[in-house]
This record gives sequence, structure tokens and C-alpha cells, in this order.
Amino acid sequence: MIFNFKKTVPSTPRRLADLAPGQSAVIAALALPPDTAEPLMDLGLVTGSQVLAVRRAPGGDPVVYRVDGAEIALRRETTRHISVLPIEAAAEVAP
Amino acid sequence: MTTLTAIAPESTPRSAGDGRKTIQTVALVGPPNSGKSTLFNNLTGLRQKVANFPGVTVEHRAGRMRGRHGETLTVLDLPGIHSLSPHSEDERVAADVLYGRMPGTPRPDAIILILDATNLNRHLVLAARVIALGLPTLVLLNMADSLRQQNGDVDLVALAGQLGTPVALISAARGEGLAPVQKFAGSIGAPPAPAELPVLQDVRHCREWAVRVAGRASYRRPLPPAWSQRLDSIFLHRYWGPGIFLAVVIAAFQLIFRLGQPLSNGLQDLLLAAGQPLGAHIASGLLRSLLIDGAWKGMASVLVFLPQILLLFLLIGVLEDSGYLARAAVITDRTMAKLGLNGKAFIPLLSAYACAVPAIMATRTIENKRDRMATILIAPLMTCSARLPVYTMIIAAFVPDRPLAGIFLGTRAAAMLGLYVVGFLAAVVTARLLKSSVLKSHSSPFVMELPTYRLPTARSLGLRLADRSWAFTSRVGTVVLAVSLGLALLINLPAHSGQAVLQDSVLAAVGQRIEPVIAPLGFNWKIGVGLLTSIAAREVIVGTLGTLYGMDPGTHAMSLQGALHADLSPGGAVALLLFFAFALQCTSTLAVVRKETNSWKWPLAQFFYMAALAYGSALLANQLIQRLWL
Repeated sequence: MIFNFKKTVPSTPRRLADLAPGQSAVIAALALPPDTAEPLMDLGLVTGSQVLAVRRAPGGDPVVYRVDGAEIALRRETTRHISVLPIEAAAEVAP
Repeated sequence: MTTLTAIAPESTPRSAGDGRKTIQTVALVGPPNSGKSTLFNNLTGLRQKVANFPGVTVEHRAGRMRGRHGETLTVLDLPGIHSLSPHSEDERVAADVLYGRMPGTPRPDAIILILDATNLNRHLVLAARVIALGLPTLVLLNMADSLRQQNGDVDLVALAGQLGTPVALISAARGEGLAPVQKFAGSIGAPPAPAELPVLQDVRHCREWAVRVAGRASYRRPLPPAWSQRLDSIFLHRYWGPGIFLAVVIAAFQLIFRLGQPLSNGLQDLLLAAGQPLGAHIASGLLRSLLIDGAWKGMASVLVFLPQILLLFLLIGVLEDSGYLARAAVITDRTMAKLGLNGKAFIPLLSAYACAVPAIMATRTIENKRDRMATILIAPLMTCSARLPVYTMIIAAFVPDRPLAGIFLGTRAAAMLGLYVVGFLAAVVTARLLKSSVLKSHSSPFVMELPTYRLPTARSLGLRLADRSWAFTSRVGTVVLAVSLGLALLINLPAHSGQAVLQDSVLAAVGQRIEPVIAPLGFNWKIGVGLLTSIAAREVIVGTLGTLYGMDPGTHAMSLQGALHADLSPGGAVALLLFFAFALQCTSTLAVVRKETNSWKWPLAQFFYMAALAYGSALLANQLIQRLWL
């Protein structure tokens, strides 16, 4: 099995995929086709909502996120299209 | 903590003077895994499959319950939905029923909206959409016990005021707080009068509304229990996770053999003993031969596998109800993605290990049409429980029972595990072929909700097993009985006095007619007859062989395994196993594929593809083994 761990994490994650377990951020935008984005939005992944990366699956992918109190596993192929903002920066944008 | 009572908002009139009729049809609506099916079972007494797994109900079901004044109400259980703009087939079913577009189903005149009390912010979005339909609605907040235990709270009066509907806190699993449902069902429903509603098309606006409403109802979300988190840090651990997953799979197989075999042997002794006094009442001769050696032996040889089947379903049930299966999906997803399988295909494919029929119906949760078709086509290659009797019978006859790794893995369990892997690999290869040719598509996103771990309840597991036992024994009592009796009759034709001579019977003539086709696979005419009868259902071959060997004087006194061992070469045994791993011998599966794809094209293509795969691999295996070992 190949372990695809990203050991180095940028100090300010830009994409949901960059969040290290334990890090939180606020969703900025979903750059996904509507078919893909809508089911995710129904689960709470909307602009302004806070997301916590909880843990990685054994292979490094998918990653378990906590959104709105529920835990959801998402593949990297999805989360790299979701841009995020640090919580402080998003404070004035968030509802 | 708020008490468990329904609170009707002041804006809701309890009696209507404008001639509105009382509620007669109620639809249960809610997000996946919110407890609709549990509530449905509680209200109607029907046994709906319940699991701690999103997407269990894929069809709507109707049941009946008694209203407050003893009147009968229709209750519709709908698939779990997040919204009313359908993304997948199961959401479309729910939306169609609610809008009264489902033929043969009355438009509900009231809605019971069931929401997970531990996750209100998210689920209130659905409330906005349902309330906007304008039908009388009762909002139930389920999992009151979890809310309480995990230090959450909600002000029901304030929430009822905000939503303009009665609201009650219940625990569907424990059957607590259900009185308001009966009260609501017997009432003259009033349309909801919400304080405000969001713009439904704007998802973000809906969410802001939901957060605001929850805030005004002083909602305090319970924390996910620490132990559930701790369990995840073990089950999804980088090294422990896959290790535990493998251990669970191997242990399941070992258990089915170690525990299943003695139980099965016990049942066999019991059934044979039961046949003795039965036979004593029937005078010797044709009738006795038909009923005891034919029908009874045929049925008994299938029935003895009941313990293994029940063990399999018990294990699947425990894994599903506890919430571990969702974790297994996360652990295996990386492999599935590499193999080019859609993430959402995991759930249907997993349930195909029990039976392909519900699995094919569960593909409705896959939004992408092409992905859904590919999953339907590969589902029957997964090793379903009907193959278990066939595999067990042949393995027990040919594989000596030796430990491979102490008590943890024996040769027989390993052989069985190997067959499951073979089926899975065939499915993967088929999926790749389909995806790179006729069913090209972009993959849809993998979204797996991880429910909080729960302890499986004895009630839920018991209902599953009772359901399975009934399905299995009724098949033995119908299909297997009919086939066994028919065969016994054919064996005794042409009619003659005295002992039937198997070799001269009509059946032998039919069997010998097809022998040239199957002889290269190492099969004789008896196996050939078994292959023919097993087109109805796989396990029928076991009953057929039970009848054939039972009525053959040469093998009459032997056990089925013994007779098979004496009658079949090792090459033929391996070929037979492979044949059953690949062939689509199941009329129920063909019927459900026909129904789901709305054409005969796919089921027929599937049948012939799998038949070719079965014949080819069996031929290859037998020829190779014959050349190399004999």
C-alpha cells in the first residue's frame, strides 16, 4: 500500500484538501459543477460554514471532516476544488 | 431537559370549521439515517430493515397504523432525502410521492418530518423545504436519548413557534414519546404557519435561516461522544485500521465455518432423525421413494445450511448496525478509487454480499446513470449468500480441514475467502471493461457520512434473522420442494415395478443429452441436471444433488459430501466452484435488473456474459488440473 501523506502543510491552507487533521477553516467557494456541488451543499458544505479536518483514512485519502456536527469522508479529488479561508479572516464574511 | 411532549403552536387551530377532512395518508420524511424506518416499524408493526447506515430505504413502502379513534391510516416510508430537488433516484422517489406524482400511491395529506435531534442545524434546511409544501406537518426530533446523554438541549415551544408546526421530541429506537404521532394522525391537520421561510432555491440562505431558527429555539448541539471519537482513532488508524479491517473479514469467514459447521451437522442429524418416523408411516414403494428419498432429502440438504446463512446475516447486521461498515467504506475507498469504482457503489456492492436483489435496488442512490448501470451489472458477481450452501458443500467434500494459522484461519475458511476474492476481482475487471467502453463517465464525488457508533439492538438483529430464516425456509418449501419432487418423479419414469433404476430414467436421458457440453468441465450428467435446476436459484443445486444421490442406490447410504467426493474429480470440483462464482443463476436478480433498467437488453447481456465467464473459467480450470495433476 502506498501512503500518500503530505507531511508539510502550508501555514495558511487555501484549499480544503490542504487542511491537516486538527485544523479548521471556513468554506470560501466550491469550484465544482452543480451536480457535484449540490449534494455537498446539502450536507452543510456551503460558503461561510466552518469545517474541521478530523482525521485521514489509513491510505491518506479520503479525509474525515466535521461539518455542522456531522462527520463526512471526502476524497481529495473533491476537496481540492473547495477553497477555504482561515477562521479569523472569514469572521466578517461569515453569517 | 425538556419533557417529551408535543407542543402545538398557538397559531395552529386544533379544529377546523371549513370542512377539511381528517388525515388519512401520512408520509414519513427525513434525511438519511434519521430513524424513519425505525419509527415506521414502531408505528405499523411492519418489519422494515433498519441499519446505522445512510441509504437503507430506497423504495417507498406503505404500512397501516391505528389512529386515535381506531381508524386506519396509511403510513408511507420514504427514502432519506436532504432536499426536494432530486439528485438521485431515491430522492426522486421521495419527491414524486410528496407531490402526488407517484402512480398507485395516494398523495399524502399530511407529513411527519423526522429530524435527527443531535444534528438540527443541518436538518432544519429540509424542514424549510417540507414546510413550504403547505401540507399539515408534525416535526419529530428523533434520538432524544442521545441529545440528553450528550448534554444537548432545545426549546420545543420556541421551535414550534418558529416552524409553525407541532414539534415533539421522541426516541424511535426505544419507542418513547410516540403519543403525539397518534394525536396528530387522528387530528384535522392544519397547514404550517412558519414565522418566516427562506428562499428555497438559495442553499446558503436556507442554511442561514436554519441557524437562525435553531438559535431562537436555544438549540445546543450535543457533542459527539468521546468514545465514538476514540473508536474512530483506532478503527481509522493508519496501521491499526486496515489491520482490524482484515482481521474482521477473516474472523467472519472463520466463524461461519467453525461455528456454522457443528450447528449445520446438528441440524442435519435432527432433520434425518425427523425423516425416519415420517418415512415409517408411508408404505414402501413409489410414494416412499418420492417423498422421503426425493423431496425430503432434497429439502433437508438445503435446509442444513441455515446456520451458515444466519451467521453471515448476523455478522453483516452487527457490522452495519454498529456503524463500522461506514468506516470500512472509508478504509477501502482508496483501493476502490484506484480500481475505478464510484465511491457510492461501495454500499450496494457491499450489500450484494448478502443478496444481489436489494443491492441492485440500492444503486438508486448513485446519481450518475452510467455509474449506476455499471454497478448493477457487476453486483451479481459479488458472492451472495445463496452461493454459501454450494461453496460449503463442495469445500467440505474436497478440502481437508487443517489449520493454516492456528485457530485463526483454517484451510476451508481460506478456500471460501479465496472464492470471495475471485468474485470481487471478476467484478473489478468487468467494471473496468464497462467503464472504458460502453459506460464511460466522470466519477461522481465520494461522500460518506460516518454515523456515531451504536450498540446493535437485539431487536433489530433478531428481526433481520427472523426475516432471513423465513425467506430461506420458504424458498426451500417452494422452489426446492417442487424441483426435488419433480426430479424424483422423473427418476421414477418410465414407470416400472420395483426399485427405480436411475440410469434408465427419463431424467438420466435428459442429463446424458447435455453431458457432451459439460463433460469438458469435468461434470457428469447429475451435476448437469443440478446446473439446469439451479437456473431458478443457486442453492437449488444442493437440493437437486441431494435428491439425485439420495435416490441412486450406489450413493444412497452416503452423506451428500461423501457421494460428491466419490462422484466428482478434483478438477471438476474446482470447475464447479468457479462456475458458481461467475454464473448468473438467479431468476430474482434477472427480474430486478429488468425492472431497474426497464429493458431486457441488460439482464440478457449480463446473463450471457456471466455464463460465458463461468463456462470458460470452469473449462480452463478442469483442463489445467487434469493435465497438471492427473
